[in-house]
Amino acid sequence: MARAVTNNRKALNTAIAWTIGLLIFFPILWTILTSFKTEAQAISDPPVFLFFDWTLENYSIVQERSNYMRFLWNSVIIAGGSTLLGVMIAVPAAWSMAFVPSRRTKDILLWMLSTKMLPAVGVLYPIYLICIELGLLDSRIALVVILMLINLPIIVWMLYTYFKEIPGEILEAARMDGASLKEEILYVLTPMAVPGIASTLLLNFILAWNEAFWTLNLTAAKAAPLTAFIASYSSPEGLFYAKLSAASTMAIAPILILGWFSQKQLVRGLTFGAVK
Amino acid sequence: MATQQSRSAARFMMAPAVILLLGWMLVPLIMTLIFSFKKYLPMRGGDLGWVGFDNYVRFVSSSAFWPSVITTLVIVGGVLVITIFFGVILALLLDQPMWGQGVVRILVIAPFFVMPTVSALVWKNMFMDPVNGLFAHLWKFFGAEPVQWLSQASMESIVLIVSWQWLPFATLILLTAVQSLDSEQLEAAEMDGAPFLKRFWFIILPHLARAITIVVLIQTIFLLSIFAEIFVTTGGAFGTRTLSYLIFQRVLESQNVGLGSAGGVYAIILANIVAIFLMRIVGKNLDN
Repeated sequence: MARAVTNNRKALNTAIAWTIGLLIFFPILWTILTSFKTEAQAISDPPVFLFFDWTLENYSIVQERSNYMRFLWNSVIIAGGSTLLGVMIAVPAAWSMAFVPSRRTKDILLWMLSTKMLPAVGVLYPIYLICIELGLLDSRIALVVILMLINLPIIVWMLYTYFKEIPGEILEAARMDGASLKEEILYVLTPMAVPGIASTLLLNFILAWNEAFWTLNLTAAKAAPLTAFIASYSSPEGLFYAKLSAASTMAIAPILILGWFSQKQLVRGLTFGAVK
Repeated sequence: MATQQSRSAARFMMAPAVILLLGWMLVPLIMTLIFSFKKYLPMRGGDLGWVGFDNYVRFVSSSAFWPSVITTLVIVGGVLVITIFFGVILALLLDQPMWGQGVVRILVIAPFFVMPTVSALVWKNMFMDPVNGLFAHLWKFFGAEPVQWLSQASMESIVLIVSWQWLPFATLILLTAVQSLDSEQLEAAEMDGAPFLKRFWFIILPHLARAITIVVLIQTIFLLSIFAEIFVTTGGAFGTRTLSYLIFQRVLESQNVGLGSAGGVYAIILANIVAIFLMRIVGKNLDN
């Protein structure tokens, strides 16, 4: 039972929490606001907060000058492709580990997790070399495959913890009624697993979208996604705050929105089910 | 009970994931190991033969090695302390009754979804720029000399940026743990007259211990390999070269693959030491 809390106490909590929340959110808010300013207003002294002439010109300039849509498209393909591919490979694996566990299931799960611990920089050159040999440097295919492999352990783990929660009795009942393995997966398991699969897709799309080691090191002009596009602002162009802000806002907006839906899955996914 | 048939089907379904991950782990790992025992300069002669443990010795004895280890430890340690300290406070605060709790939660979590290159660049230019940055304006407003953040206080700046990115993660996990706290126990303690600090120390903190351990381990693994934040802000200058950034520079910038690979092997060993502890906790959880 929650205790009765005085309104005073609640008001105080509210004030403190909102202040801190806005403080933490401020860099994002400031970026979004700046993206609607002119370059002169963006660096005006003292800074203007809300009362400036709102403009959309930065967005059109960024799009025109750097062909933003191409980077966005690369991000969508790379993040989406790697996530879909990963889930397609992980669903059968997680299914069999959750419902037909053997003595080795736990070891396999932990081993999969251990591959996630491999520091990327430790295998940078081999991967770089393999990409060159296969002619896949600066290609979206290479990044789809690599990001899929990086996130595969998380995908398997998330799906495994979701599948584990599906009562096995239902599957047994279906089996007793003569359902084949295929029917069992298609008509019994899938409908119950859809929410878990959806949140796995969501979280891994976000992780792949924001990945900034392989995307920076293995792409140049052709396959560069938004992470690399933004990094290209790092020197002289970064001085154009309004344009930098517009580009940044466009790069993070889709994920901020998706992220809000995935709060709960975030904990489960990133702690490998250790905290639920 | 699972039949023989479903067992072999299960093995068949697991195969693609297992084989792919096995390849992903072994092939580059073995290549790195091989390179690390060679003098290998792709731009200057290529593979120049075996050199034994030469690269391992040279990597450790180079003047950049120990500073990079210290930088890595300071960044990882600093970010861990900050995110856990404020994470616990925020988690307890967000658990209190208030108006608009959902919205505050969203505000606090948002930085986690910002891609690393964006947050590094936004902080670098719009906040830490010594002329036009918001901090410079703030400092001038109070009559102080603006700070050259990324050169004079480079480590503090990087720790700040990375902490901002990871605070939401710590908060979210700790909040999940706080919410599973048995409130009756707390109320009983309160009625017995235990002050807040005692309740915190003897009931709340022990309850959070597991969640804190998990935050420490998972963040350590990610923080050991932060890259974009340094790549975009200082490029490893001003004493911000971490171990992984040093390896990156050896391999791709100075194209000394043998030396970089030896460094990579060190990094892999280091990450695995942390990983063992994490796996133990996760493994225990699997048994229940």
